Amino acid sequence: MKRKFALYSAVAALAAGIGTGQAKADDLTLCWAAWDPANALVELSKDFEKASGNKMHFEFVPWPNFADRMLNELNSGGHLCDLMIGDSQWIGGAAENGQYIKLNDFFDANKIKMDDFIPATVVGYAEWPKNTPNYWALPAFGDVVGWTYRKDWFSKPELQKEFKEKYKRDLAVPKSLDELKDIATFFQGREIDGKKVYGAAIYTERGSEGITMGVTNALYNYGFEYQNPNKPYDLQGFVNSPDAAKGLEYYKALYDCCVPPGSSDWYMSQNIDAYKSGQVAMQMNFAFIWPGVNADPNVGGDKSGYFPNPAGPKGHFAQLGGQGISVVANTTHKDAALTYIKWFAQPEVQKKWWSVGGYSALKAVVDDPSFATSQPYAQTFLDSMAIVKDFWAEPSYAQLLLAMQKRVHDYVVAGHGTAQEALDGLVADWTKVFKEEGKI
Amino acid sequence: MSSVGIDKLAVSTPPEIGRRIRGLSDRAIAWIFVAPTIVLLLAINIFPLIWTIRLSFTNFRVNRPNEVVKWVGLANYENILTDPDVWHTMQATAHFLFWTLFFQILIGFSLAWLINRKFKGSDLWTTIIVLPMMLSPAVVGNFWTFLYQPQIGLFNYAVALVTGVDASSFTMIGNVNLAPWAIVIVDTWMWTPFVMLICLAGLRSIPDSIYEAAECDRASNWRQFWTITIPMVLPFLMLAVLFRGIENFKMFDLVTLLTGGGPGDTTLVTSINLKREAFEKWRTGYASAYAVILFVTIYGLASIYVKALNRVKQR
Repeated sequence: MKRKFALYSAVAALAAGIGTGQAKADDLTLCWAAWDPANALVELSKDFEKASGNKMHFEFVPWPNFADRMLNELNSGGHLCDLMIGDSQWIGGAAENGQYIKLNDFFDANKIKMDDFIPATVVGYAEWPKNTPNYWALPAFGDVVGWTYRKDWFSKPELQKEFKEKYKRDLAVPKSLDELKDIATFFQGREIDGKKVYGAAIYTERGSEGITMGVTNALYNYGFEYQNPNKPYDLQGFVNSPDAAKGLEYYKALYDCCVPPGSSDWYMSQNIDAYKSGQVAMQMNFAFIWPGVNADPNVGGDKSGYFPNPAGPKGHFAQLGGQGISVVANTTHKDAALTYIKWFAQPEVQKKWWSVGGYSALKAVVDDPSFATSQPYAQTFLDSMAIVKDFWAEPSYAQLLLAMQKRVHDYVVAGHGTAQEALDGLVADWTKVFKEEGKI
Repeated sequence: MSSVGIDKLAVSTPPEIGRRIRGLSDRAIAWIFVAPTIVLLLAINIFPLIWTIRLSFTNFRVNRPNEVVKWVGLANYENILTDPDVWHTMQATAHFLFWTLFFQILIGFSLAWLINRKFKGSDLWTTIIVLPMMLSPAVVGNFWTFLYQPQIGLFNYAVALVTGVDASSFTMIGNVNLAPWAIVIVDTWMWTPFVMLICLAGLRSIPDSIYEAAECDRASNWRQFWTITIPMVLPFLMLAVLFRGIENFKMFDLVTLLTGGGPGDTTLVTSINLKREAFEKWRTGYASAYAVILFVTIYGLASIYVKALNRVKQR
């Protein structure tokens, strides 16, 4: 009898153990773009697996196909992703179409405060409608367009001398967009170390979002506004103001004077390649590439420096990148997915996130006195995040984006029409979209 | 299987089943065999087509499940047919279609004619020539993107060598005037071998006796070419035009990889525009109408063309 009891007890205990294990351990799939930060997140997430017993799987898609693949997944009501690190522009559509779970109650219950994150990332990655306390994501990866430059070329005495004679100032990090263009012009077609080099690699890509993410860094700083600050969706005179047209002319001038030949359809990866192969003195790119540049055997370490997008005549802004992490409404592992977000929001995890190559948006990390000197690009990241602006996050953002891609590429790269005509056309396109949406 | 084997199988079939099968008419048995294919066709071809036509009369957006779907009648069709951007993409497609067909037929037929004149190593040359069409368009697109690079690309280098211009002074895929031709060159490079193979089949199907009779009649080579070769190869050439025409009307991969539709909208062909409407802007109803228009266009043109082809064959 005793033996029987022991046997039954052992079986019951085993069953209970298995049962507990099954209830506790979930298989979670996190969807994101395939890039360096994603690899860092895989490493970071091993700690989560240890702590929670859940198993993490990852679905990473290269950037050119990221939106297609993931929005298809969301729109078709697929069950692939439990967690989604989606682009900031998706927030509006994902919120209005019920594709993400609203996180307000969860944040309140777990004492996760949005005040603890960099304000721009909260607005950019988490809120819909913008500037209202309705949260659909936790800021996951802070990113912004900035510049990388060849510090070793800038410090060459002969170039310093020549530049000073020509421009009556030192060859140094540009403080304004005009200075940036001067430097790019100076380097264009020059021979350095026996190789022909060019001024700057800038975004010109036509197919997805490239040229828009590039040109806005000039437009914002020349006075472009997405809409009348006092009257939403009032575009006339803000999108196509004479100042905005000057900003667009500036970008075209930069394209015409100072980019490598053939860079008519370049985005992140092409700019990185051009910079790492020693083709250009400067490159425009999102900040996520900086750890890779710093570690590069050819251009890394002291050879490279970083600076925020320079100011223009009407302001000082930079294009926001980055993403928030959301729980997909269709998930069958909602609790485990929320556990991941709770774990990810912890300050010690966020500190480690920064140390492995992720860009934390938590104030506790970036406001730490040691942060600015923790990496050569850390201060530039802080400076850049302080001046960000983002593209529309409307549910119809894709229509707005593709219209801008077309208008801007048509003017800057193809050379059709004038800047004013391009922006007037953009106002017409955007007005049509907002009318169809019933916003105006 | 031998008749003994069939007899054994028939004997081993249980009597009731045997009776049931024997009770079926040939027509019924034929239906049993064909039914799975018909069901499959209905499921993956006919139903989506009918559904697409239905959607084309609505304002449905697949990414807005919470919105009420409205019946908009012919509004989508009207919007498409009056949109200058759509006509621009049609023009870009027509340009691409015309020139690729022109060059592929011209070069493909010439190559087939040369290869057909059996010479030492002609089989090896045939193999080398057909290599491009065996590659994936993704590989070809990336490969030519590098070839077209002004600084390191072989294409610019070759042009510079021949013309003496600076290799980095022009960019094939970044220039408004050159980009459409850059795509025509790549598609011609890739698909001329296909046309060549079809023409080769046509040339080899002409009996030698016809040429021998022409020789007896003392017809010149030129006369033989125009009165024998061309008319007899014409149905094959027209078949090649049909295949390549349909394929190139739907061209997507090469253009996406080489130019992404740019510079500006210069190389924005209809298939790319349709994809943007359907899977980037998510205007499902509008894109469905767009797809129906393209389907009708291709189907209509192909039908007329096939009739002409049949007439040529019957001559």
